Amino acid sequence: MELLHDIFVAPFVDMVEAPDFLLQVLWEGLVSGVLYALIALGFVLIFRSSRIFNFAQGIMVVFAALTLVGLHSYGIPAWISVLLTLGVMFVLAVTIERVVLRPLVGQPDIILFMATIGITLFLIGFGETIFGGENKVMISAELGIPTGDTVLAPWGGLLILQHLDITVVLVAVALVAALLAFLNYTQMGRAIRALGDDHQAALSVGISLQTIWVLVWFIAGIIALVTGIAWGARAGVSFALEVIAYKALPVLMLGGLESITGAIVGGLMIGIMEKLFEIYWGQPILGGNTETWFAFVLALVVLLFRPQGLFGERIIERV
Amino acid sequence: MKDAEGYVTEDGRQIGGLLMEMRNITLKFGGVTAINDISFDVREGEIRAIIGPNGAGKSSMLNIISGFYTPTIGEVWYKGEKRPQMRPYEVARMGVARTFQNIALFEGMSVLDNVMTGRLTHMKAGIAAQALWWGKAREEEMANREIVEKVIDFLEIQSIRKTPVGRLPYGLKKRVELARALAAEPSILLLDEPMAGMNVEEKEDMSRFILDVNDEFGSTICLIEHDMGVVMDLSDRVVVMDYGKKIGDGTPDEVRRNQNVIDAYLGVAH
Repeated sequence: MELLHDIFVAPFVDMVEAPDFLLQVLWEGLVSGVLYALIALGFVLIFRSSRIFNFAQGIMVVFAALTLVGLHSYGIPAWISVLLTLGVMFVLAVTIERVVLRPLVGQPDIILFMATIGITLFLIGFGETIFGGENKVMISAELGIPTGDTVLAPWGGLLILQHLDITVVLVAVALVAALLAFLNYTQMGRAIRALGDDHQAALSVGISLQTIWVLVWFIAGIIALVTGIAWGARAGVSFALEVIAYKALPVLMLGGLESITGAIVGGLMIGIMEKLFEIYWGQPILGGNTETWFAFVLALVVLLFRPQGLFGERIIERV
Repeated sequence: MKDAEGYVTEDGRQIGGLLMEMRNITLKFGGVTAINDISFDVREGEIRAIIGPNGAGKSSMLNIISGFYTPTIGEVWYKGEKRPQMRPYEVARMGVARTFQNIALFEGMSVLDNVMTGRLTHMKAGIAAQALWWGKAREEEMANREIVEKVIDFLEIQSIRKTPVGRLPYGLKKRVELARALAAEPSILLLDEPMAGMNVEEKEDMSRFILDVNDEFGSTICLIEHDMGVVMDLSDRVVVMDYGKKIGDGTPDEVRRNQNVIDAYLGVAH
């Protein structure tokens, strides 16, 4: 009886009694959700244009952040370091296309997937060799990322908004909007979407697989850099960051591998729901630390009812 | 009636010089010879058909022209030059547009976006310019839109411009595919069974569009078709293939009188 009360009554009573705290929880969840969504977006872009499930997306985040911090540590001004890091991500995209993707064209999907695991391991080793394995601090101040916070008092309570978090959300929104505009209103964007739809038809209208792949991996690299800066500013830069990439997996299960909207909505949903669950159910009943696994359970439950995810393409098989 | 500079058709259209020449094309898949030593040419402004029974190698021939297959032996000459081995997207950029027998459209995109992809071969502005929606990229997008709208008007698909292609019925999809190919303003337009699977009315519409495209845009068209009746009405010259060999080549009337062609279609003991 008491357990049922703890599950079905107490949390909601808490929410109603302290609405300001509920808002705080929702906000924190939203911010992580935005970052999950960004990572998932990188996955979706690559998957749509090449049917490759890019396991390396997470390590690309770490690699981008490490490169940025590393370059700056050699005395290069912060913004120049950002540009140089973008250059490094471009070279990485070209190299991956040349060395990994091109020779494997036409191989089964699982081979390409394994190749991306290879890329992951390589980037971990390569990154550690060059930048060292110890934790680093993101160059937030040098990049002009604001610190401090705004304190609001809704319903006479207390709501603290970190300026860092506000910046992260705004930048992410701008990035996604720019990406959507690029995909929908430019010829290059159409080429990317077209390639994801039908390879043969894409070839017949003059789309080069290689060019688009480089472009898509480069965009994924840009997203990785933004995510890396944001997450690094909140939690420091280390290889442990890679774990957040695994959070993108349940996001993709929820949102489907094909859908950009799915990645965004899925990311926000997971971010918010795991935070809510942790605070109102996880900590009081299970002693906390539910954030590591809750997202996966949520995704599995959704998959039970919608195997293609919330926004994925319907799987219709002809018999 | 025929000479190096072209010829005049029965209905009085002037046909120009050589645009494309297939010279002694042979295509083998392992031990199977799909195409056996075939030569023919396509002239500027003409409607050229390749016909033949199932499995004659027609589609393989079209795939060679569009670069999807590389011939085992033989040369493709295009605009007076020998074409080196090329990938399909490079061939497309040289002004060869095509449709597919079983329709290859971008199902998730709108009709307008599908037709816009036809303009990709004309894209000049760089990626950075496009990403930032800079002057040149923007002008190009506007110019492309104008041409695309013209094609959409021409093929009478204005009412479905914003519809995702996946939702359209078969006949309209075929028309959208034609629109996409046409939007490229190709030097040569390859149609792989444009009438396959259509009912009589749709076939008539499609025939009219093909003739109008040739007339209005001056496009050179090379098409594959099953339906003898339709082909004979449409084309200026016809190549007939059977079992990978060329068994006839000439005007529809010449081909109709050709004994080999009659045998192949009516069937004789081989």
